[in-house]
Parts: sequence; C-alpha cells; structure tokens
Amino acid sequence: MWYLCAFFHRLLDYRKPEVESLAHLFGAFEDDHQNGDVSYNLQWKLPLHHHPDSPFHFVNLPSEKIARNIANRSILVKGMYELWGEGGSYEELRDSVLSFVDGRKLPCLESGTTFRITVDSFGKAISLKEQMELIQGFSYIPFKGRVKLKDPDHNLCLIVVDNNNDGANNGLPPVVQKRFFFGREVGAADRKLIPTYQLKSRTYLGPTAMDAEMAFLMANQALATPGKLIYDPFVGTGSILVAAAHFGAMTMGADIDIRVVRDGRGPDCNVWSNFKQYGLPMPVALLRADNNLPPWRPGLKEIFDAIICDPPYGVRAGGRKSGGRKLLKGTVAPYVVPDDKRTGHIPSTGAYCLVECVHDLLDLAARMLIMGGRLVFFYPVLREDDSSENHFPEHPCFKLICSSEQILSSRYSRVLLTMVKTGPYTEEIAEAARVKHLEFKENHLKWLEDGNLHSAVFSPSNAQLMEEAGDSKFLKDPRPKYRGKYV
Amino acid sequence: MRLLTHNMLSSNIKGVINGFPLRIEAVKVVEKTVEMNADFLKNMFQKIDWKVLIEASRAMGYTELPEESDFSLLESDEFLSIFHHALLELHLEEGALVCPESGRRFPVSKGIPNMLLHEDEV
Repeated sequence: MWYLCAFFHRLLDYRKPEVESLAHLFGAFEDDHQNGDVSYNLQWKLPLHHHPDSPFHFVNLPSEKIARNIANRSILVKGMYELWGEGGSYEELRDSVLSFVDGRKLPCLESGTTFRITVDSFGKAISLKEQMELIQGFSYIPFKGRVKLKDPDHNLCLIVVDNNNDGANNGLPPVVQKRFFFGREVGAADRKLIPTYQLKSRTYLGPTAMDAEMAFLMANQALATPGKLIYDPFVGTGSILVAAAHFGAMTMGADIDIRVVRDGRGPDCNVWSNFKQYGLPMPVALLRADNNLPPWRPGLKEIFDAIICDPPYGVRAGGRKSGGRKLLKGTVAPYVVPDDKRTGHIPSTGAYCLVECVHDLLDLAARMLIMGGRLVFFYPVLREDDSSENHFPEHPCFKLICSSEQILSSRYSRVLLTMVKTGPYTEEIAEAARVKHLEFKENHLKWLEDGNLHSAVFSPSNAQLMEEAGDSKFLKDPRPKYRGKYV
Repeated sequence: MRLLTHNMLSSNIKGVINGFPLRIEAVKVVEKTVEMNADFLKNMFQKIDWKVLIEASRAMGYTELPEESDFSLLESDEFLSIFHHALLELHLEEGALVCPESGRRFPVSKGIPNMLLHEDEV
C-alpha cells in the first residue's frame, strides 16, 4: 500500500535510508527472504512536480502496522499518512477526497470515535485564522465523531505545499505548483528524544561526542533492538552507544585512551554516568584496547549484531595505535621495559592513519559480526574530489547498502556508510587481511602522509588565491544549495 | 568487567600462542543487578566457552554453574538465571587478568580491563 511520507526538512540524504532500515527491522522485506534474494530498498514515488529534495514522498509498504512502527521509531519522519486525497486546488482536493474509497474513510467518521484536523504547511506560513477556515472547509466530509484535540482516535491532516513565492530564494527546494494533501496520520517520529538526549545536558562530553540526532540515526541504521549486542571500537564518551542502549540493545565499547573510558572527569562524570543519566542499562563492557591489535580470543567470531562507530579521521581528533613514533618509523629497536617498571608503565602510541584504521575496522567487523549484521560508520570525503562515486572502502564480506552525506564545511563532508555482512569470514580472507596488515606496518609513514585529511581541510584554499587574482568563477558551487542539505 | 568480556579476551602479545583463557586475579568483586534477556542469553550461550566460564566464575567466588551444559538446559528458567548471574552480574572491579603463557598481568581497575600492550610486546 502507498503511504505519504512527510519528512523533517533536514539531513536529506539520511531520510530514505532510515525508513528502509526500519522497514527491514519491522519485517517489510520478509517475503523477499523466502526467495533467498534479500532486498534493502523500498519503492518510492515523488508527488507531481516535486523536486527529489522535497520533504514529501510516497512509499510503498506492506501494511499499516509496519508503516506505523517505522514512523514511530524514526527520527526524520514527520508523519506517515494514509492519503485520502490530493490536488492542485481546493476543488481538486475536495473531488479527490470524496472519491476516495468509503471503506477506508468510514471507520474514522463513525459516531463514538474522536478526531482532530490539523493544518501543516511547507514553504509558507498559514495564520491561525486561515487554518480555522481551511478546517471548516472540510464540512463536506460527513464526520459523526467528536472533536478531541488531545489524543484523538484519528488524526487527520491537511498539508499545504506552496513554495512559489515569486521565485523568492528561501532556501527550499522549488515546487512548480501548489499542492494540497489530505490524509490520516498513521504514525510520527518522537522528536522529544532529541531534546532529552541533547549533548548540552549530557554530563560527560568529549570534543567529538556524537550529536544525539545523528547517534539515533546511526542506531536505526544498525537496527538496534533488545537482545542484540552492539560494539563501538572507538567508544570515547559513549555518545553513540547511548542511542543504541535507548533502543534496548546491549552495548560494548573499547577505546585506546584509558583516561576516557576509566576515569572520565570524576566518579559521576564518566561513560557509566552518561547511561545512568537517562536510566539506561550500563554497557556490558568497556575496555581499553587498540583497534590495530584487538585482544579478542582466537576462534571468537560472529558475536556482535552490529558495529557502529565514528573512527578518528584526523581532522578533529587523530587516531592512535600501539608502538611509539620512532618505533613505527623503524629508527629505534623496540624499547624493552625493565621488569621493575612494568607495573604502571604507560606504553607510547603512534599516529594511526585513516586508511589503516578503516582496514582494521572492516577486518574486525568481517570476523566479529553475525551474518546479516551491520557495520555503520562515518567516512570523511573531500568535497573537491568530483569523482565522489565509488571510492568508499570495500570488503568481500560486505555489501554497501546506503551512504548518506553530511556536509561539514566547504572542504569536506562525512558520509555515513551502512554495510551488511553478506559473506562468511574465511581463512583466505583472514590471510589476505594479515598480509595487508603487515604491508600497512611497513608503509606506515607513507600512509600517514598520503592520508592526511587534516592538511586538505585546513590548508589555505585555492579559491582564496584565485579570488585575489580576480577570477571568481571557480567559486561557484555547482551543486544547488538548500537549507536542509547543511543541517 | 563481566565474565562475558573475560570469555572474549585473550593476551595478544607478539609470540604468545595460547593467550586464552586469562587467569583472573580477583581483588574486589561486586555484583550488579542486570535485567535478564532470555534471547540474548541463548544467543551468547552458543558463542561462549563453557569450561572457561566455570573456571572464571569460581575465581570470582561463584560455584553454582553446572559442570556440563547443553542446549536443553536453556529451557529451564533456573538455569537461565544462574547463567545470567555468572555471565552478566558478577563484576571484577579491581584485579588483573594474567596471560597463561607469559604471566603478563593486564590490570583491571574501576572495572575496566587495560588490554594495551607495551612497546616490546607488539
């Protein structure tokens, strides 16, 4: 059945993947499973004359129950509606609503039920007085129920899309023609989660703590539910795991910095307290470990249902791995720690470049995720590269099912990658990974210099130089700018 | 550190072949109540090393776990609660994990095992 899906106008790239992941979670693709060919994508359709960046989309879902579950669990779905009618004018809308099958309408119109009509608009503000008039205009629908503004049985909604204010550039995607939608709300996102979990009220914060909305989106991509075990190898202050724990998953985290995971900023300001603050179950484990040399026992595999993380990519925080700078360079032999100084010895660490870090992450995930388990992580992309297609990391065990870009500055953006484990981790893959690993160790310095995202992001821009030379045509960003793209 | 974590960890020092299981040196053991999830336990039951869990729970002063175990036991609520207690509710707050081959101590403090290696171990 087709539903009208109205999104919040933000994080445009994240909207459809979220709905599709939740559709998977709530069993929308179960019929496909029996055929052996797993699908991860839903059918989508755009309303007449709408731009792909528009917040309104039609989506085909197997049942109303699934539609409701998706909408209620989502972060970006403003409302999922059973559409009663649409049109370019009130008259057209009226005809369309009147001709909609009675079988669907009548249960909402019966006496003894309660209902409410709300007016929502996109691209234009509608005054309360006008809204009242619009609601009164629905008198052609034979309502027998009682109006109840709080918690009615049936929530009906008129959506007015009008964004053609003389071509005024209000930063919204263009709508060629006015459009009216009228329908019954099936479900909507609980956005209260975001103020509840917002970072500014979080006790223990680090410089790269993940924003609450994004953390919830990541947890949704990872299909977090009760009974699952979710691991974050770069846990930091636990900001991503908090979202996974909110959805009931068991969580586990590791970090190379012991001060962050063990001490925090005191007894009531550490990773544990971040979970306690929201009444969430504590992580199953927090440990100090190096993603480059993970301490998992031999033979242990397929234990995590999902791995979600924001790897350090060297712009705001750099990665570290075991072994000192000089040691990794090969200029000094391994430093032998004298026996009497072993207790309490603080091992030195060296820089850990992104290429190596992502390689280790994929290898770890390939081994430790269950079949069908998900790896969800951020990957930085330089925006100057126009060939933005297909240069994401790959692994034979994984299938990339979606990538969502969030623009961070004019120089770079981060892309949330969601990968599904589709093939088992075999001896050959493990061996290939080991060889690659040794190669990384040898070429350590080269990788460190090559993968230097930091300098690409912070070096003076060419555009600045060109501007000084009086050539400004290079400054134009060829991609259209909409408000939603940047938030 | 819970015993589930202990069951997953090994000493990964360069040159060490049998780094599992790590011997527990318990200084302070605490118990923390955790809500039980039967599905999670059934899942973990297939992944963990039972003998190692028994040894570890004994090192923590808990002796209720049966010597032998198989899938049929998972139907019993009594077994599930014992298993749940051993796997998730016993915490090693202070102590160490000792590498069975080299004797290297990985300290556990404030419940966090420190698995990072020294320079001459990588």
